This record gives sequence, structure tokens and C-alpha cells, in this order.
Amino acid sequence: MKKLISLLLVAMMLFTMAACGANNAKDELKVGFIFLHDEQSTYDKNFIDAAIAACEKMDVTMVQKTQIPESNKCYDAAVELIESDGCDIIFADSFGHENFLIKAAKEYPDVEFCHATGTQAHTADLANFHNAFAHIYQGRYMAGVVAGMKLNEMIANKEITAEEAKMGYVGAFTFAEVMSGYTSFYLGAKSVCPSVTMDVKFTGSWYDEQKEKEAAQALISGGCVLISQHADSMGAPTACETAKVPNVSYNGSTVAACPETFLISSRINWAPYFEYMITQVQNDAAIAADWAGTLENGAVALTELGKNVAEGTAEKLEEVEKGLKDGTINVFDTANFTVGGKKIDSYMADVDTDAKFEKDTEVVTNGIFEESKYRSAPYFDAEIDGITLLDRNYG
Amino acid sequence: MSQKIKKHHEPLIHIVKRDDLLGWQAWGIRLAAIAVGVLLIGVISSLLTGENFFKVYDIMFSGVFGRIFEGKTSMLWKYLQDTAILLCLGLAVAPAFKMKFWNCGAEGQALVGGLAAMFCMITFGGKISEFLLVPIVIAASILAGAIWGVIPAIFKAKWNTNETLFTLMMNYMATQLIAYYVYIVGGGSNVITPVSTGALPVIGNLQYLLNVLIVAALTVAMYVFLRYSKQGYEIAVVGESQNTARYIGINVKKVFLRTMMLSGAVCGVAGMLLVAGTDHSINTNTVGGQGFTAIMVAWLGKFNPFVMALMSGLIIFLRTGAAKVADSNFLNSSFADISVGIVILLLVGCEFFVQYSVRLRRAKKEVEA
Repeated sequence: MKKLISLLLVAMMLFTMAACGANNAKDELKVGFIFLHDEQSTYDKNFIDAAIAACEKMDVTMVQKTQIPESNKCYDAAVELIESDGCDIIFADSFGHENFLIKAAKEYPDVEFCHATGTQAHTADLANFHNAFAHIYQGRYMAGVVAGMKLNEMIANKEITAEEAKMGYVGAFTFAEVMSGYTSFYLGAKSVCPSVTMDVKFTGSWYDEQKEKEAAQALISGGCVLISQHADSMGAPTACETAKVPNVSYNGSTVAACPETFLISSRINWAPYFEYMITQVQNDAAIAADWAGTLENGAVALTELGKNVAEGTAEKLEEVEKGLKDGTINVFDTANFTVGGKKIDSYMADVDTDAKFEKDTEVVTNGIFEESKYRSAPYFDAEIDGITLLDRNYG
Repeated sequence: MSQKIKKHHEPLIHIVKRDDLLGWQAWGIRLAAIAVGVLLIGVISSLLTGENFFKVYDIMFSGVFGRIFEGKTSMLWKYLQDTAILLCLGLAVAPAFKMKFWNCGAEGQALVGGLAAMFCMITFGGKISEFLLVPIVIAASILAGAIWGVIPAIFKAKWNTNETLFTLMMNYMATQLIAYYVYIVGGGSNVITPVSTGALPVIGNLQYLLNVLIVAALTVAMYVFLRYSKQGYEIAVVGESQNTARYIGINVKKVFLRTMMLSGAVCGVAGMLLVAGTDHSINTNTVGGQGFTAIMVAWLGKFNPFVMALMSGLIIFLRTGAAKVADSNFLNSSFADISVGIVILLLVGCEFFVQYSVRLRRAKKEVEA
């Protein structure tokens, strides 16, 4: 027994020495990523995949820390990435990370801090703290067009009447980020199927598979013939597959698990932003305080179409994309929706983050509600006609 | 009558109750269990990641202590802070578990403690002087924790309700209270922006030093309380046998109430350290499930606060280190929990060898009349 153990130990030591030889200390850029969960969450997976791709493409080292809660642990993680791993850029992916990232940004002025979905960079007055988001409402709008086409097909096939064209939407919280998302989705559907209505249910969690599934099932039994969601688990898509109800997904394709019902999914592709921030640091150039990805720079992305989409969807989608790019289509054109039966010509949104939650900025110009212009994170939170909120959940 | 030689059937292994094991021998067995666990983690990680066996420990160490040999101490402080918070919760549940009152509500008691601190920091911040506000914050969180802890004890004393279920349900209530409070204060953003009013002071530049010192003092105090005080002795007696306690004139219900108040109060301190001493903000995840890990700390430490300190240190080391191994190899983050689980399982399992010794069959023949 003793002999065996000593033999094993010797073998291990030899192995160690061989492995140590391969250690090279290249002085290259290091990017540290702080993720709220890990690749089990579709939200974080979307970031992780993009980070891996971008770091590989730009030939920089990626260091990650997963399962970092929205607390001082985010600050700790940033300090570790800087002091222990020697990172030059720190990126965090969750809204609640922001305050703790700002705390670290103040202490390490030589390190660049980039934060997705945050709202404070334009007012924080810190040269090394930046926010990023994307005009994802454009992607949602296009996904909505696919949904509308599917509804039209169902009406044409006499499966439903025009009045029965009701969609269901599973949202996480009753926040602007979600409201902007479902409204643009609805407007996309409405642009091709004018009689469409929509019911929305909120789960009060970004990731709760059971609740998301139950919400989708409740919507289906309430007469919704098509479901979409803004929450991060597979709950809603799998509920749709079981009930054979078409589903418009989010954060990435769910076609593998839901081959019969998957129509399309929109997502933010973060790789363009990661490449941008790395390039800026490599060139000693400043990173914008607010960066909003678009269809043009590839940040607003759509997956391939599912096999059961309506005929002519691909062509229609191409046409809509062209329109969004050249500005002939504006998602939040006030001519296309009403609030309380009236068209709006002015809207004050709470753009600046402060304790007062005041509506501080006029965001409608020339009849267009300008989403993600005054800061990258969404602020459209009007409740438009045609959409019914079955419940509310502010967390 | 003829004598016959009968072969007595004896099993291959004998399990014999030990009664002569010295304290250091028992700890030897436990240390061996930890060593085997740590070895197993190394083997499993190197199999999963292809990283070599010794490199795994190198990554674990650097994941916990960073570049400590280059004089960078920030990671060491983070380690001490995490250990202190877990230990504080362990100290809170230890008296309850010692009297066999299954307080599974440390999570909720710490959360309401934190909530009380947050409430005072936001409500009174800027309106009264800091010298007054900080003691108010501390007192409020201790009181809130104590109340949250004593409620299940009252029900247990009056109506003999099941305290495990009761304390667990109180956790959900605490979580919902905080969710509601965050909604009120945070508005649409669901995040409370950190507030500095009423926060615990920072000693020097070391933001975690005060937290660590407070928990260190608590550790000593809890040791003295459990070991030398009359109340501490009553806890031990009630834990051994409630009937004995009653027979010798201990008011068991009173001990339940008093101890759970203490347990909740110390949880309140943990919540206060997290909110007023660390985050300066609160959300439903502030305690992060550590109220449950704390139960392991108390049991593994045999309710001895100093041993519990070592156990918290061990658990935090394994969890942080294994998380680093997982992150640097793109493994799933559950790897950290699995690693801690392996060691805890072995530690619990090794108690068998502390209680019993295993003897192999000796070949012998017996003569039977």
C-alpha cells in the first residue's frame, strides 16, 4: 500500500514539473467578466458565449467569475479580478451590480468598468465607468412581425377568428426593460395583424422555471394562441411545446427543445460591444458612457426561423429589417399606438437615476418615442391600448 | 454426552462501540476525513479539467488568497469577511441546536435584522446625527432578529408547534417583506442604491476589519456563555433531556424563549453586519442561503465557537477555491457546492469511526459444551 502511494506521488510530481514548463507570461490585455449566474441561465449564457467569442477573436485573455450576487460581492469580485488576476477591463452583466461596480470604479481609476443594462454612467461623472445596452426593441418588433404572420396564417386557416388573435406574454417584472420589450413585440405583430391583442403576466423573477411555465399555461388556458416571454428559463417555451402553441423566444434559439412550436428568437449579441470596448482600450481611446447596439452593428440579432412559421415570413422580415435600418419604420411611432384611447404627443420618462424617480426627460420628438437615445437602457413604460396586464410584479 | 467441536460463524467485520477514544484521536479521524475530502476534490477537478493535480490546489489557493505573497491583502480580507459572516450565523444557531431546537430560520432572522438596519438608515439618515443613528441601527437589527426568532419559540412553548416548519416559513415571510420594501424604496428599478448614512464606521482603510472584530468578540462571548454561564448550562441540559431538565427544576419553556431570542438577536447582528457593515443596501439575496450553511458550521464545530470558526474558515476556503477552479476552467459553478458537499459528507460520515471501531475477523475456533 505504502509503495503504491509513493509511486503515485512520484508520478504526480513528474506530471507537475512537465506541466509547469508550459507556463508563459505574455503581457496581454486581460478582461474580467462578472456574471450573475452561470451558463445554466439563458441570460448569462448569452453574455458568456459572446465573451468567449469576442476574447478569442481579439486574442485577449478572458477571466470570469460566475454566480456573483448583486451585493458587495460584486465589488469583491471586481477587486479580485483587478488585483489577483490583473484585469484591465471589468464587465458585469446584471442591473443590480451597477452600484457596487461604481464603488470599485472610483477606487481603480486606471481600470475600465463596463456594465450592461445600467443607467448611471451618463450622470455618474466617472471617466472609467460605462453602460451598454442595445436597441433590442427593434429585434422584438421583428419577432413580433413573425408572430403576426403566424396569427394571420391561423386566421386564414380558420383555426381562429380575427378577434381570437390574442397573444400571451410572460414577463419578469413590471419594469421599463420588460414593458419596452413586450410593447415593441406587440407593435410588430400589430403591424401585420391589426386585430391582435395581448395579455401579459409577470413572474417577479428573472429566472423561475416553474413560475414561467405556470404563467404560460395560464395564458394558454385564458385563450392566448401564441406565447412569447421575457424571462430567462425554458419554462415558457417548454409549456408551449407541450400545449402545441407557437412560441417566440428570447435570449437565443430554443429550437432544439421545442422543434414544433419555435418560431424565432431575438437576442442581444454582446460580442460587438465586447470587441468595441477591447478595441478602445487597446487604442487608448475612450469608451462611450452609453453604448446602444443596433441592427447595423450586429448587437440586435435574430435567430434562424423555426420550421412552422407562416409562408413568406423570411421575405417580410427582410423588408422590415431594411425599413428599420433606413428609418422608414420607427417601432415607437406614436401614430401606431394609443394610450387610454388617445395618441400621445409628449412623454416624460425617468431617464436619470436618482432617489426621486422623477419623470425628468421629454422623449417624444416629431411623433417618435425615442427609445434608448437619452441613455442606453430602455425607458418606455407606457401602457398602450390592446395590451392587458393580468397582474403586476415589481419584485 | 459427546463433546463436539462447532465452528462458530463470525462475520468478516465487527463493528464495536468505542468508549476509550481520546479527544485528540477523534479529531485525528476528522482531520483525516478532511484530508481525504480535499484529496478527492483535487482528483475530481484534475479529471474534469485536465489540469494537473497540484495545479488545482494552486488555483484554489490563489482563488482564496490572491497574490498575498506579493503583499496584496484585499483577498485575505474578503476571506476573513466571508468567514466572519458565516461564523456569525453559526454562532447564532449554535445555542438553539444545542438545546435541540431546530432553528432553520437563521436566514430569515438575519434578513429582518438587515431590513431593520436598512429601514433606519434610509428613514432617519440625514435627519439625526450619525452618533445617534449608528446605535439605533444596531439596536433595531438586534431587536428585529430577536423578535423574528422568538415567535416560533412562543408557538412551540404554547402550542408545541413544529419549529422546523415554523422557522422555515418565517424565512419566506422575511424574503417577501424585503421584496416589498425594495419595491417601495427602489421604485421601478428593484434595486436600493447604497446609502452611507447610519453605516458602520470603517477602521483605517480596512472596510471589513470592524465586521471581523465584532464577530471575533461574539465568538469569545458565545464560548463563555455556553461553557460557563448558568443559562448556557441549562441549554445543555434541555438539549440532553427535557424531562431531566424539568425534574431538576429548569423551566424548559423559558429556556426555549430566551435561547431563541438570543439566537435571533445574533442573526440580527449578522444581518446588520451585511447591510450596515458591508452592502449598505439590501435585497432578498443578501444573506444568500448562508443561514442554512451555518447549521452545518454549528454541528461540525460541535457547538464549540472556536472549532466553529475553523469550520467556517474551511467551508469558505473550499467554496471560494473550488469556485475559482470552476471559473478558470469554465466548469459549472455547482462544482463549488459539490466540493464543499464532498468534504462535509466525509466529515459527517467519519463520526461513525469516532463512535465505532471496525475490527476484522480473527480466525479462532471455539469449543462448545
